[in-house]
Amino acid sequence: MKWEKLGKIFDPTKHNLPKECMQFAQSPQALVFDDFVRIYFSTRSVDKSKGKYLSHIAFVDMKKNLQEMIGVSNNMVISLGGLGCFDEHGIFPMNVLRYGNAIYGYTCGWNRRVSVSVDTAIGLVISHDDGITFQRIGDGPILTSSLNEPFLVGDPFVTIFDNVFHMWYIFGVAWKKYKKDEPPDRTYKIGHAISTDGIIWYKKEEGRQIIMDRIGADESQALPTVAYFNGRYNMFFCYRESFDFRNNKNRSYRIGYAYSNDLINWNRNDTDVGIDVTEGCWDSDMLCYPHVFHCNGKIYLLYNGNEFGRLGFGLAVLE
Amino acid sequence: MFKWNKLGRVFNPQEVQGKDWMKEFAQAPATLILDAYVRVYFSCRPPANEKGQYVSYSAYVDLDRADLFNILRVSEQPILSLGELGTFDEFGIYPVSVIRNGGDILAYYAGWTRCESVPFNTAIGLAISHDEGVTFTRLGNGPILSYSPNEPFVLSGPKIRRFNDTWYLWYIAGRKWKLVDGRAEPVYKIRMALSSDGIHWEKTNKDLIASRLEEDEAQASPDVFYANGKYHMFFCYRYSSHYRGRENGYRIGYASSTNLIDWMRDDAKAGIDVSEEGWDAEMISYPHVFELDGKIYMFYLGNQVGREGFGMAELEGKLE
Repeated sequence: MKWEKLGKIFDPTKHNLPKECMQFAQSPQALVFDDFVRIYFSTRSVDKSKGKYLSHIAFVDMKKNLQEMIGVSNNMVISLGGLGCFDEHGIFPMNVLRYGNAIYGYTCGWNRRVSVSVDTAIGLVISHDDGITFQRIGDGPILTSSLNEPFLVGDPFVTIFDNVFHMWYIFGVAWKKYKKDEPPDRTYKIGHAISTDGIIWYKKEEGRQIIMDRIGADESQALPTVAYFNGRYNMFFCYRESFDFRNNKNRSYRIGYAYSNDLINWNRNDTDVGIDVTEGCWDSDMLCYPHVFHCNGKIYLLYNGNEFGRLGFGLAVLE
Repeated sequence: MFKWNKLGRVFNPQEVQGKDWMKEFAQAPATLILDAYVRVYFSCRPPANEKGQYVSYSAYVDLDRADLFNILRVSEQPILSLGELGTFDEFGIYPVSVIRNGGDILAYYAGWTRCESVPFNTAIGLAISHDEGVTFTRLGNGPILSYSPNEPFVLSGPKIRRFNDTWYLWYIAGRKWKLVDGRAEPVYKIRMALSSDGIHWEKTNKDLIASRLEEDEAQASPDVFYANGKYHMFFCYRYSSHYRGRENGYRIGYASSTNLIDWMRDDAKAGIDVSEEGWDAEMISYPHVFELDGKIYMFYLGNQVGREGFGMAELEGKLE
C-alpha cells in the first residue's frame, strides 16, 4: 500500500473556534455529503478552575477536493455532560455515521479521577440537522467498563456491513506506574462489538484483544478505523509505547495496519501500512488518530501529526 | 401495619479490637444461614485518611443460631481485597449481598472509585467463594453491572435473589448529583435487572418505587422477601438535602408486588421507625429481612448509617 501525503489541511490556530478553543484539532472524522465534506475534530478549551483541558467537538466543512475550506462551525455540536457524568470533562473523539435520516455520533467521554488521571466511556448522540447539532440519548454511556474490560472504554469507530453495526473501540488493560515520580500511565487494546440497532451492543468474547501486539505487552493501541477496499476489510489504528511516548519520537504513535476477510480475525501487517513520519515536516515525530473514508472514488486518510494534533490534521490519498 | 419488636443492637464494630481495617461502621447487613450459626456480612472502615476520606472493606460476623446476640467470631480479614489501580472498586467494597450457588457463595457488591468533580462513583461487581464465604475472588477486574444511558452513575446497593430459576438483582442507580451548600449529594432510585446465569444482566430500565418525600428522594437497600403469596420489599429512603441528622435522615419504607416488576409503595405499613433515644434514634436504614427457625427478623442500621453497628427486630405476626 502507498499513501501520497497531501499535507496539513487544517490548522486550528488560524481560525476562530467556539468556546475560546485555541489549539488542537484531534482525531478528524469525515461525513461526506453530495457537495462537501464535513470533518469533525476535537479541540480544547482550558477549564479555568483547574487549569486542565476540556475537549469539545467542532467541525470544518471542505469542498470535495478536500483542499478548499468552506467554513468552521460556530458552535460545539454537543455540550459536555453534566456533573458526575462520564463525559463531563471532554468528548474526544466523536465518530459519525449516517443512519436513515439521522447522523449518529459515537462519543468518547472523559471524566477525571483521583488515583489515575481519567476514565472514559462511549456515548451516543444523534443529529437530525445533518450533523450541526446533536442530542444525547441519555446522560449515561452505551458502552462502558465490564468484567474483563475494567476501564478506559473509548475511541469508538462504528460502521455498518451487511446490515450489522460493527464497533471497534479500545479498552484499558492496565494502569501502571513506570517511574517513581510520574503519574500512572495506561495501556489499552482494540476490541470489537456488534449490534442490530447501534445502541445495544454485543461482544462475542468480552475482553478479547483483536489486534496482536507488535512492540510488546506494553503497546497501547488506539483509534481503529475500518474500510473495505482491495477486496478485504482494512483496519488502520495507531500504537505506541505506554510510557515516555509524548516527547520521545522513538516511542511515540505510529500508524499500524491489519486486514481481515471476515471482520473477526485480523492479520496485523504494519509493514504494508504505506505511511510513516516525514523528517522536517509537521508529522516528523508522530503519526496518530487515523480515519479512512471513501470520497469521489478515492480512498483518503485523515490523521494527526506531531503533539497529538495540537496544530491540526493532514490528509493522504491512497495511490 | 406490620409490628416489629426491636430487640436491640446486635453488633458494634467499635468494640472489636486488633483489626486496623475495622475501626467503625457495620453497614448493610446481609445474612448467610449455616447449620450452627448465621453469618452476617457487613461493610466497615478503618479511620479516615488525612483528607477525611474513607475506604470500605466488607467482612462478616458469625452469630449463634440459637442466640443471635451471641457473637461467635468476627472474620480475621476482609472477605475481598480492594481493587487494583484505576479499577471500579479501588477505594471500597460496600455493600455486599450474598447467595448460595451449588457449593459456592456469590457476593454481589458495589465497588467505589474516587472522582474529581464529585466525591465518588460506584458500580456493581461479583466475587465467588469456594470456602463457605470466608474468602472471595473477583470474577474479573471490572464490574458486572455498570452505567447505561438512563443510569449514568452510582450503581450501588445490590441485593441478589433467585425466584423460580430466574436471578434478580435489585440495586440503586444515580439520577443526579445535586449541589447542596456547595457539596455534591447523590440522588438515587431503586431499579432491577434479570439474569438467567447471575452474570449477564438485562436491566428493566425503570424506577420500581414511586418517590414519596420529594422528586429527589433518595432510595436505597431494596431488600426483597417472599412470603404468603407475595413479594415484600423493605428499603430505606431520605431527603436529598441535609439528611445526616434526624429530621431528613433515612427511614424504612415498604412496598409489595405479586410479579416482581410492579410495586405498590405503602410506607405506613412498614411498622418500624426511629426510637425515642439510643443507637437508632436519629435514623434507621439498610433493612435486611430473613427467616430463621420459624421467625422473621430484620437487621437494620441506626444512627450515622451504621457507624455504631446494626441491630435487630423480630416480626410479630405474619408478612402478608
